[in-house]
Amino acid sequence: MPVADFEMMKPIDNVNSTTSPAESSRHPLLTFSGSKTARAWCYQVLVAALCVGFSWWLYSNAVDNMRIQRITTGFAFLEQSAQFAIGETLIDYQPSDNYARAVLVGLLNTLYVAICGIVLATVLGFIVGLGRVSKNWLLVKLAEGYVELLRNVPVILQVVFWSVLIRNLPAPREAIELFSFGFLTNRGLTLTVLQHHEGWLWTFEALVAALLLSRLLVLVSRRLREQHGRVISFIRLRFGLIIGLPLLVWWLAGAPLQLDSPELQGFNFKGGFTISPEFTALLLGISLYSSAFIAEIVRSGIQSVPKGQLEAARSLSLSSWHITRHVVIPQAMRVMVPPLASQYVSLTKNSSIAVVVGYPELANISNTLMNQTGQALEAIAIMMVVYLIISASTSLLMNIFNRYVAIKER
Amino acid sequence: MQHSAIYWLRRHLFSSLTQSILSFVLGIVIVLVGAKLLRWGVYDAVFTGTAEQCRAATGACWAVITEKHRPILFGLYPYEQQWRPAICMLIWLLSVVVSLSPVCWKSRYLWPLWGGSLLLMAILMRGGVFGLVPVPSADWGGLPLTLLLFSGTVIIGLPVSVALALGRRSPLPFLRGLSVIFIEGLRGVPLITILFVAVNIFPLFLPADMEINKLLRIVVAIALFFACYQAEVIRGGLQSVPRGQYEAAAVLNLGYWHTTTKIILPQALRICLPGITNHIIAAMKNTSFVIIIGLFDVLTATSAVMQDPLWRRYYIETYLFISAIYIAFGFLLSRYAIWVEKRIDTSRNEQGIA
Repeated sequence: MPVADFEMMKPIDNVNSTTSPAESSRHPLLTFSGSKTARAWCYQVLVAALCVGFSWWLYSNAVDNMRIQRITTGFAFLEQSAQFAIGETLIDYQPSDNYARAVLVGLLNTLYVAICGIVLATVLGFIVGLGRVSKNWLLVKLAEGYVELLRNVPVILQVVFWSVLIRNLPAPREAIELFSFGFLTNRGLTLTVLQHHEGWLWTFEALVAALLLSRLLVLVSRRLREQHGRVISFIRLRFGLIIGLPLLVWWLAGAPLQLDSPELQGFNFKGGFTISPEFTALLLGISLYSSAFIAEIVRSGIQSVPKGQLEAARSLSLSSWHITRHVVIPQAMRVMVPPLASQYVSLTKNSSIAVVVGYPELANISNTLMNQTGQALEAIAIMMVVYLIISASTSLLMNIFNRYVAIKER
Repeated sequence: MQHSAIYWLRRHLFSSLTQSILSFVLGIVIVLVGAKLLRWGVYDAVFTGTAEQCRAATGACWAVITEKHRPILFGLYPYEQQWRPAICMLIWLLSVVVSLSPVCWKSRYLWPLWGGSLLLMAILMRGGVFGLVPVPSADWGGLPLTLLLFSGTVIIGLPVSVALALGRRSPLPFLRGLSVIFIEGLRGVPLITILFVAVNIFPLFLPADMEINKLLRIVVAIALFFACYQAEVIRGGLQSVPRGQYEAAAVLNLGYWHTTTKIILPQALRICLPGITNHIIAAMKNTSFVIIIGLFDVLTATSAVMQDPLWRRYYIETYLFISAIYIAFGFLLSRYAIWVEKRIDTSRNEQGIA
């Protein structure tokens, strides 16, 4: 994480650049070359000239080579029809669509796997990290083992391992049944899901509305307490709202409960929801790897809270939940957010390992594009720019979040 | 003693009812899983033998390691010549052990030692002289290749990272801007894209008659990627050197070069040693990315071996084996770093007393 630059070098420069009388009486040319500022500028001009020269040399070579090899540059090829199928897409895509759309499909898949990975890694990381600071010795050792094992094995090896593991699972005919709501096969994980029904969407919307309303009630109660000194807890009302409202909407929508369960037809399952082997391997690999690092971040965050804070909270006879929620977590978050941000960025970049297992995300699609069109320069440029944008915006978002959790000085 | 053992148990396992239940449940799970693993990995396992014997057994098939360790460890290197990379690894290990032992830290013989061993390793790997069969670098593989990529990364990457960190903190705006663009640009993209650039794009930017070895291009690419991360760690170290140190150096009329090499860097590097170690361990893990561009490191070699229809079902054992190599390496390096940190600390205290 970038840290503010100190202006450290300035005093040194000033000491030497204020030329002493003895120095100024020398020959003007000598004074010039002896002056630190002037010499510094000479260095800069030299480096700049070298950079420009080197870049020009590279550029002219590239132009020559492209003329010899008859490579046309430019992004016009993006308009051509892609002619290759993509296994998993979040938006409509046909092989007859153009390359630009294929790249978009890849980008969306990258974001999809990255977001799923971030959620999974954060949940696992927090669980293991809390285990690392638990009072129970066995739990501490187990969590430690988890971290050491997953952190020290290369992420790419983990992804390859999961991919091979899934490939070696039994075929759909001998599928491993998971308590009758799913099947584990070498074609991925097939789950029984709820049949599509408009009512579910409405129920979900009702849940979101209930959560927002409940948040509003919290604000109202806080305002009443702070301004009028009246302590009213809406906790029952809030619980009723969050559970009751979605339930009511669901019942009004006709109480849909039909299941869409997978059935074996020929060599594969039909129906249900299938998570592909490529996606599963990639997701498991990158999120388990990151979860080990997140666990360490969580541990160091919690351990960074001074013991005195806990003792003070206990002497105020706060409950252990209140200590965790209002004393430990806010202070730990300040330490945790910057490294978490860089961990999320690195997880997103790790999703490019998909090239090895064949999940069609950005790096993989760009690779195909490069091999098909021969436009290596453009394909890699697209890939780099997109990743740069993703990394930059992730750090930007996390910086905003960091400002939110940072110490508020009044 | 007995009393303290009971005290320890009560404190760490049975401090309350919930803790006791948790310990109990965890204990049962650990014993059950551990017993199962022990039976799979040791009692019912086959350590030497054929694929048929493995198939008959219910446990792990470690025979796959005994059978396939040569292609896993040496990749495509010609079978009869594999003693050469084996000796190379031995030389590498010896040189590393010698240079890491504190007796030799300040020895003048380290540079000639490394020069000599590098030359010897190059001769052994490449061949072509002294009656050794020449082996092109495209055929190098396995663990020697992983170690080569790793050492190349660290040897090239560390000086570059120091230069980048100094550049980023330089008072010269152009140098600073250049370092910032380089560091942030490379840190913002995945290693894969940089490898693609090194393999597919870089040759396009060279004159038609000029060719740089693919292996060298890849090593430099990984090293630059490593250097950008390391530069940020070193910058942290540079920033934590107190301002008074710079001012004291200026008062002694030391120039930039002397201030940096004699006063600032020794303190900065000491401060950020843990961070540097982390990235060196990460560099070892990052060498495995070369599977994407088809270089035959340990992981690629293993994946190739796993295509063998006779042995492919014992993938868990094989991947565990190479994971163990990486884990052992990371473990040793981190232990060494912790030990060095302590040692540096005590020597500083001794000097303070004297």
